[in-house]
Amino acid sequence: MKHKISELEDIAAQVRRDIVRMVHACQSGHPGGSLGCADFMTALYFEIMNHSTDFKMDGKGEDLFFLSNGHISPVFYSVLARSGYFEISELATFRKLNSRLQGHPTTHEGLPGIRIASGSLGQGMSVAIGAAQAKKLNKDHSLVFVLLGDGELQEGQNWEAIMYAPHNKVDNLIASIDYNGQQIDGPTEKVLSLENLQAKFEAFGWHVINSDGNDMDAITKALHYAKSLTGKGKPILNLMSTQMGAGVDFMMGSHKWHGVAPNDEQLAAALAQLSTTLKDY
Amino acid sequence: MKKYTYTEKKDTRSGFGAGLLEAGKKNPEVVALCADLVGSLKMDAFIKEFPERFFQIGIAEANMIGIAAGLTIGGKVPFTGTFANFSTGRVYDQIRQSVAYSDKNVKICASHAGLTLGEDGATHQILEDIGLMKMLPGMTVINTCDYNQTKAATIAIAEHHGPVYLRFGRPVIPVFTDPDQKFEIGKAWMVNEGTDVTIIATGHMVWKAIEAGEKLAELGIDAEIINIHTIKPLDEEAILKSVKKTGCVVTCEEHNKFGGLGESVARLLSTELPTPQEFVAVNDSFGESGTPDQLMTKYGLDSINIIEAAQKVMKRANK
Repeated sequence: MKHKISELEDIAAQVRRDIVRMVHACQSGHPGGSLGCADFMTALYFEIMNHSTDFKMDGKGEDLFFLSNGHISPVFYSVLARSGYFEISELATFRKLNSRLQGHPTTHEGLPGIRIASGSLGQGMSVAIGAAQAKKLNKDHSLVFVLLGDGELQEGQNWEAIMYAPHNKVDNLIASIDYNGQQIDGPTEKVLSLENLQAKFEAFGWHVINSDGNDMDAITKALHYAKSLTGKGKPILNLMSTQMGAGVDFMMGSHKWHGVAPNDEQLAAALAQLSTTLKDY
Repeated sequence: MKKYTYTEKKDTRSGFGAGLLEAGKKNPEVVALCADLVGSLKMDAFIKEFPERFFQIGIAEANMIGIAAGLTIGGKVPFTGTFANFSTGRVYDQIRQSVAYSDKNVKICASHAGLTLGEDGATHQILEDIGLMKMLPGMTVINTCDYNQTKAATIAIAEHHGPVYLRFGRPVIPVFTDPDQKFEIGKAWMVNEGTDVTIIATGHMVWKAIEAGEKLAELGIDAEIINIHTIKPLDEEAILKSVKKTGCVVTCEEHNKFGGLGESVARLLSTELPTPQEFVAVNDSFGESGTPDQLMTKYGLDSINIIEAAQKVMKRANK
């Protein structure tokens, strides 16, 4: 372990402060999914991945991460900045004109840490597979991580990719599903049911593990375990239960905070629940 | 009229296959992906030579574009292969976000473009792909005219950094360009110098433009024929230079008149040098089943259509 669990929890609390402040400042963006993935993203960047903040697009010799559900860009940007990819003060430019922190992540503005644009859903898994296969060709034994939203699995391209990876033994790939059961129009089970995701992925030939994405100890252990499963002929799926809005009580458990910014009062109420563990930007 | 002859007919897709093999030999980072159309795309030689650098994706074009984008991140130069319809319209958003907007060095190689795919009919005969691709910022769009040019273009795009759409076709057609040519992206090829009318052609229409030029010469009309293989970036200098001389222009393409080469030329001329122009292109229509020759005739893409367009545009220019 590079960090104690309590240290990782402190970082995640600061990441959550960043998320609500960023979304509040521009009065747009997606706080719900960002908060739900704050623990996972913190664990990934501060504990699990071997990566360098001296950013190189090819990422040779490093573990790579791809965000397929690009709308949770606030958590991605916060974790990248807090890791040292760019100055934390730049978080204040989120979604503003001439910013590198576009509404959805892009390589186009040259923000360190971003390797693909995402936002139009369903594309990240394919890209991650390509990056993983390039690593194999390059005899690079580092890993590729990708995060997908659960609602995003309604996009058909994912299932092309989910079919492809086991057939081609892409076993240097760890995919995680942000399994919060919510999407813009309501619960996924009402909008378009995902049914038994574990059984579906297993039927396609994946090694599936389950985790609690909002328990730092649990998600860290799950990701360490997932790493131990790589190189055995199968891609790994981390089916990660989360709560949309996790960490801010009034944003939790509902799809209503998927893409809504808090007002001044709501910001104050949210920040009161999240301690300043590092410095605010 | 400069004399062009040929001793054999070949398909442009075989030029792609030969170019891909050579590009693969030159650069170990070149890899190829295919969506269940290896034979049609003539990828067999590459696969035999470099089996570990070939990715069979299955019938999943969206996934193919995404995987290609991912492969570039590790420094690979991926060439994707399928029919033009499945290379563009089917995967437009994947190309837009994961390739073009993400600045990825993917070569989208598309066979069976246009009407000359033939009997399979309109579901497979895309006539809108040049338009779709040229609208993407940063995308290079190339439509080659014979086996040799396609081979040379395939080698050239491997050495070019940035996303490319390379369009070629199914039928066997005359091989009339230099086998040892150096393909320069964005540089027009002067097929024949003339003074009366400029004929600008791309893809399979270049040979038809040569046939038309020969007949126009018999009629006493001295046509300048230019091959624009790179529709984007357009060789504006070559076009303006020619049109300044001739004062009228015919554009020829196996594509919808909306969104193709003709519109690119019209955009240039309307701002720089307003000039009478006629379009030899498909008149906002889908294709249908038939032999390639039958279809080219029915949809107005024969040398006779170029001749008529040249005569018409010269009249409009008071020549």
